[in-house]
Amino acid sequence: MATTTQTASVPTPKQSLRERLDLGNGVFPYFLVAPTIIIIAAVAVYPIIDSIRLSLLTNPLVPTGNTFAGLNSYIQAIGDPEFQGSISTTFIFSIVSVAAETVIGFALALLMNQTFRGRGLVRTAILIPFAFPTIVSSTIWLLMFNAQNGVMTYLMQVFHLLAPGDTLLRTTNGIIAAAVIIDVWKTTPFMALLILAGLQVIPKELYEAAGVDGSNRWQQFWTITLPMLRGALLIALMFRLLDALRAFDLFYVLTGGGRQVETMATYAYANMFQSPPLDFPTGVAATIILFIICAIVSSIIVTFSRINQ
Amino acid sequence: MAVQEQVAPVARAEAGSQERRPFEWGTVGRYVAVAVVLIFALFPFYWTLITSIKQDVEINSSPPTLIPHTFTFNNYVNAFLSVQPAFAKDLLNSTIVAIVTTILALLFGSICAYAIARTKFLGKSAVLAIILSVQMFPLIALVGPLYVFFTDIGAYNTYVALIIPYLVIALPVTVYFLTSFFRDLPPDLEEAALVDGTTRLGALWRIVLPLTAPGVFTTAILSFITVWNDFLFGLTMTADSTAQTVTVAIPLFNGQHQIAFGEVSAAAIIVTIPLVIAVLFLQRRIVSGLTAGAVKG
Repeated sequence: MATTTQTASVPTPKQSLRERLDLGNGVFPYFLVAPTIIIIAAVAVYPIIDSIRLSLLTNPLVPTGNTFAGLNSYIQAIGDPEFQGSISTTFIFSIVSVAAETVIGFALALLMNQTFRGRGLVRTAILIPFAFPTIVSSTIWLLMFNAQNGVMTYLMQVFHLLAPGDTLLRTTNGIIAAAVIIDVWKTTPFMALLILAGLQVIPKELYEAAGVDGSNRWQQFWTITLPMLRGALLIALMFRLLDALRAFDLFYVLTGGGRQVETMATYAYANMFQSPPLDFPTGVAATIILFIICAIVSSIIVTFSRINQ
Repeated sequence: MAVQEQVAPVARAEAGSQERRPFEWGTVGRYVAVAVVLIFALFPFYWTLITSIKQDVEINSSPPTLIPHTFTFNNYVNAFLSVQPAFAKDLLNSTIVAIVTTILALLFGSICAYAIARTKFLGKSAVLAIILSVQMFPLIALVGPLYVFFTDIGAYNTYVALIIPYLVIALPVTVYFLTSFFRDLPPDLEEAALVDGTTRLGALWRIVLPLTAPGVFTTAILSFITVWNDFLFGLTMTADSTAQTVTVAIPLFNGQHQIAFGEVSAAAIIVTIPLVIAVLFLQRRIVSGLTAGAVKG
């Protein structure tokens, strides 16, 4: 503490031009960031607050509906078995897909970190799924999983993974499995590229020193690679987990806009737009609950990344 | 050179004779892994492409054919004409909305990124945290209030009801990538210009943006893709092809009774091919911009 006060009180004797430019900006930087911050405040932060207001009304869609209903819509949502189901679907999908993406992404990054013929080709090829809009990737996989002439259905039947005439999309678990496969296809490249970038900045000397010490590749992975990748890995995990928790497009397509398998986001949508107007606040309440879950998950990851660095 | 070439094979042969087995197994394993990755990554794209040019009889034949025996362009024609008549208008809507949003996001995002990359101010990390957290936000939470708001002011089912929420998804991408590209530019030239009396905005406009033009272009493409790929706002903020975006049209191809495989595949290719080409063309810059934040922290 004492040292900090000392350093602060002593004026820096000589400043370079760069330092003076950086520090002497006054209020100017605030004008530069203002438009972006104002837009985000108006279109992202304010609606969240407005959501809380809407979720407390009986029927916000009609002018006479502005009667205060208290926490009624939250009680309705939480008591709704469909909403409970959507929470478990969302969590199962998020955990399984992100875990699979992390493991496969890690393997892919380790592969691409080696030098071999065709490395550039692998790098280019994995960017193709990345370019697909989720709605399109879900749709083309839906065709491939189709019961009559889907190529994946055909292959799974040939390899006896499915009974003849069966389809993966017949059951709830099958639809979740399909969603995981599609999500892994589309977003593992993101994971792999972030992990690869992290791998490439690990100093080679660390491995050389470990090699002298006589530790094997497996030990090096646990003692050098994994700890050094912690930062990059946590960022990638946070992005992917929060993206999976809000999954909407994928399940909308796989269920044909129906409601047999719901995530929290599709449950909210169905209540807001496909149900009687009185269900609108229930849908809004569901989005608030999803928002809170996302906030909790991200703060857990942020806390985790700060402790025992 | 000649000496090196001579020495290298000898050294490799020695190493090979000493540990031939593990070396070969590693290579075989690696190429098996490469083959699996390539097939998994490319097969769905390839399958969609060939389905889009197959005739209906071949699409419905069992077993499916890996190499198309028939060829037709009808699926592409039908995608526009008979199956989904609004498809062309939806494509136009998506293009207009994505371009307008991208221009606005570049306008606001470039000055914001410049402030983050080149100036110091109190609360900079808070600004960055806000912008990045919006990128991970559950967007469905914005849908309810924005729907009520746009309906009230009569903007529902117009481009405005799309461009405003799209700014929120395009701005974080824009700021993130531009900040990373601006930081990579050495500050010497700007400093010289500032000494000569150029204003900071002048320096941004005349020096930083031209010198980072490839990065700015990459950012514009990524912003365009982000907006183009949205489905949620397109679905909830529009009612018909007045403003409906193309991603909303895609699930509508799957009719109530029967899926038009050829036409859906053709539509999927039309919507995706420009993005695939852009991403492949700009892959180096996209990867460096994407990973800069993760590595530098």
